[in-house]
Amino acid sequence: MLANLSIHFPVLQVVVPLMAAPACLLLRQRGLAWGFAVLAMLVAFAISVALLYQVIAGGAISYALGGWEAPWGIEYRVDLLNAPLLMLVSGISAIALLAARTSIENEIPADRHTMFYIAWLLCTAGLLGILSTGDAFNVFVFLEISSLSAYTLIALGKDRRALWASYQYLIAGTIGATFILIGIGLMYVMTGTLNMADLAQRLPEVSSSRTVFTAFAFFMVGVCLKLALFPLHLWLPNAYAFAPSVVTAFLAATATKVAVYVLLRFVFSVFGYEFSFSHLPLQEILLVLGLLGIFAASIVAIYQTNLKRLLAYSSVAQIGYLILGISFANETGVMATLLHMLNHGLMKGALFLSLAAVVYRLGIAQLDQMHGLASRMPWTMAAFLIGGLSLIGVPLTVGFVSKWYLVSAALENGWWPVAALILIGSLLSVIYIWKIIEVAYFKPVSATTPDVQEAPLGLLLPMWMLVLANLYFGINTELTVGVSQLAAASLFGGAP
Amino acid sequence: MNMETVINMVLLSLLVVTAIAIVRIKDLFAAAMLAGIYGLLSASFFVMMDAVDVAFTEASVGAGISTLLMLTTLAMTGRFEKISGNYRPRLALVLVALTGALLIYGTLDMPAFGTAAAPVHEHVAPRYLNDSYAEIGIPNAVTSVLASYRGFDTFGEVVVIFTAGIGVLALLMRAEKPTPRTQTPTASMHEHMVLRIVAKMLIPLILLFGLYVQFHGEYGPGGGFQAGVIFASAFFLYSMLFGLSEARKVVNHVVVQILAALGVLLYGSVGIVSLMNGKNFLDYSALSADAVHGQHLGILAIELGVGITVTTVMIIIFFAFSGRNQIEGEKD
Repeated sequence: MLANLSIHFPVLQVVVPLMAAPACLLLRQRGLAWGFAVLAMLVAFAISVALLYQVIAGGAISYALGGWEAPWGIEYRVDLLNAPLLMLVSGISAIALLAARTSIENEIPADRHTMFYIAWLLCTAGLLGILSTGDAFNVFVFLEISSLSAYTLIALGKDRRALWASYQYLIAGTIGATFILIGIGLMYVMTGTLNMADLAQRLPEVSSSRTVFTAFAFFMVGVCLKLALFPLHLWLPNAYAFAPSVVTAFLAATATKVAVYVLLRFVFSVFGYEFSFSHLPLQEILLVLGLLGIFAASIVAIYQTNLKRLLAYSSVAQIGYLILGISFANETGVMATLLHMLNHGLMKGALFLSLAAVVYRLGIAQLDQMHGLASRMPWTMAAFLIGGLSLIGVPLTVGFVSKWYLVSAALENGWWPVAALILIGSLLSVIYIWKIIEVAYFKPVSATTPDVQEAPLGLLLPMWMLVLANLYFGINTELTVGVSQLAAASLFGGAP
Repeated sequence: MNMETVINMVLLSLLVVTAIAIVRIKDLFAAAMLAGIYGLLSASFFVMMDAVDVAFTEASVGAGISTLLMLTTLAMTGRFEKISGNYRPRLALVLVALTGALLIYGTLDMPAFGTAAAPVHEHVAPRYLNDSYAEIGIPNAVTSVLASYRGFDTFGEVVVIFTAGIGVLALLMRAEKPTPRTQTPTASMHEHMVLRIVAKMLIPLILLFGLYVQFHGEYGPGGGFQAGVIFASAFFLYSMLFGLSEARKVVNHVVVQILAALGVLLYGSVGIVSLMNGKNFLDYSALSADAVHGQHLGILAIELGVGITVTTVMIIIFFAFSGRNQIEGEKD
């Protein structure tokens, strides 16, 4: 039975959290709902690990939903590009959900906890669905599931401004999703198919048409809205700052990465390298916007005093690095982007979870209340310190590994000024991280510092799981680097 | 110019006029009604394009239930838009104009509408049209596509609806139960004898029509989505005319929530049963010894799941909004 079940892993990966959501509504009791949701996420994570090893051992897996072969039916396709991301999303979702029970005690009224867990499962299932599918329209359907539930999760924030932030995100996200849908629709008009591999085969015949160009333009703008590429990032800082703290940890580590994945999948696999980089000055646009994003957002981050907002701007800057990697349009660049997607997920997850612990004790993560906080909450601030070092890119952390490959990719193109700019960008992150470390570690405890204890284990354990992952994958890079290299090679190998 | 072109041109011009009117008008009540008209015009246009299933959905959702939900919202927000001084978003206008221009540019190389040689008619579609009756055994090819060939998309759509219900519940749910009252603020229609009697006669017919649409989707336009919306609108009509507390006696909110979950679970369980029988997820041919019979059975089951979830989520959203209105009415 179990051996038989393994051929269904691609769909079970998505369906387990998806069906656990309505099941939680039947349980009604919030403790039960949490337990059940955690169980479902652990199963989903185990499946993602199994899938990654299946893919490494035996290549891409195709699964025909409803038993209808593509392009008539919908195909799930797990390969080296999406398998590691499936693991990232389900892993971060599971770990943050472990922390959620404690963290939302003080942030969300008790009678809404069950709904919160349901929305969490739906959002996870939506993100996993976007990653797994090999069908362009199916991407849109699961994008809607993950977006609607993300708006809900954000709006549940304690501050009333969370509602406004969520509304802004809803408007921006809906425009993005509509543009993506227009793009998919126009592709369908010109090819008569929705399957990605089939699209990749049929698009070249019509690639010179104005319709396909329009499809590409709409699709790109839509995806860039969803992934918060500067200057389309305006929804992100408020959404991350006012959302419940664990939600910020979950979304910051996963949602934008999934959008970057969609970008990569369509640019390289569906439209193809040839089309994408020859019809539009895509390389120049991405390079400029990526660099502007890194600098503008990092500089704004330096001036923030609310730590959640500070890290939110830092996320916009990090998205700049991801886009920069793509703009190099070479194998090393894309590989660095892939690697940084995983690594940034780990570091931002750890950082935002440590902020969740600060918010749990202090009610808010405001810089002027954190003087000498490291003496009161040593484990939490140590986690923040390691996460911060990883964000800067200090050796022995995951951040170093991805920056290393990013710089080498720039040098490979001979773009040494860009390489220099990447290093200067990292210096900016030293400034904003140092600002926090200085206050928490080197300032004496002042009257404004609340008298608090260390965060409870329910928060510390999940937080340290991610911190240790930051160190482990920083030292033992075999898995992440190896898989990213193979995935990047497959994107440049021509075959979709 | 043949008759069809003339009708299309009239319908499309009316669509543009309605859209401009919605943007310009400050009376939100009128805007909501115009949005309903917009939905109805779109539905007529879809009929002209021979897309009757889409037209039916647009008529019941765009012209029907979304207008009702907007009106319910207006009961909370008030009727007129706040006019905010010199707010003239020129940049937004430029962006919208550019987007529109790009869309028109994109249509220039499109195959002409109705061309038999267009890619959409030549690649995937012929199998749906020619073989679906033999493979699935139902005459409506549209239902075959959305419920079986692309049944997983439809599963996703049901989950989207469910997610919307969860979102509304999570954000608008109140811990305290509204006190039962005989007279509710929304029941200002209470006095309208004619409306109430007509409604009483109509509601059973609406429900019956909903059932027909639910179970007739394999043969004609229809299915769970439209049926669910029609079913729910009967409840809306009832609670608008007879008051919320009367309607609450008919539908218990815990039961409604459980049903919403069960609808999704029913759909998913069909997939799980296929897995257990050694076929792929949502492969209905696993449901019966005869593959075609299994397909028919599976479609009936999943359409029922869709119908249940859509009906109950619409009721959840309606009650969450109008129930909130009632509580806020009490505070005043």
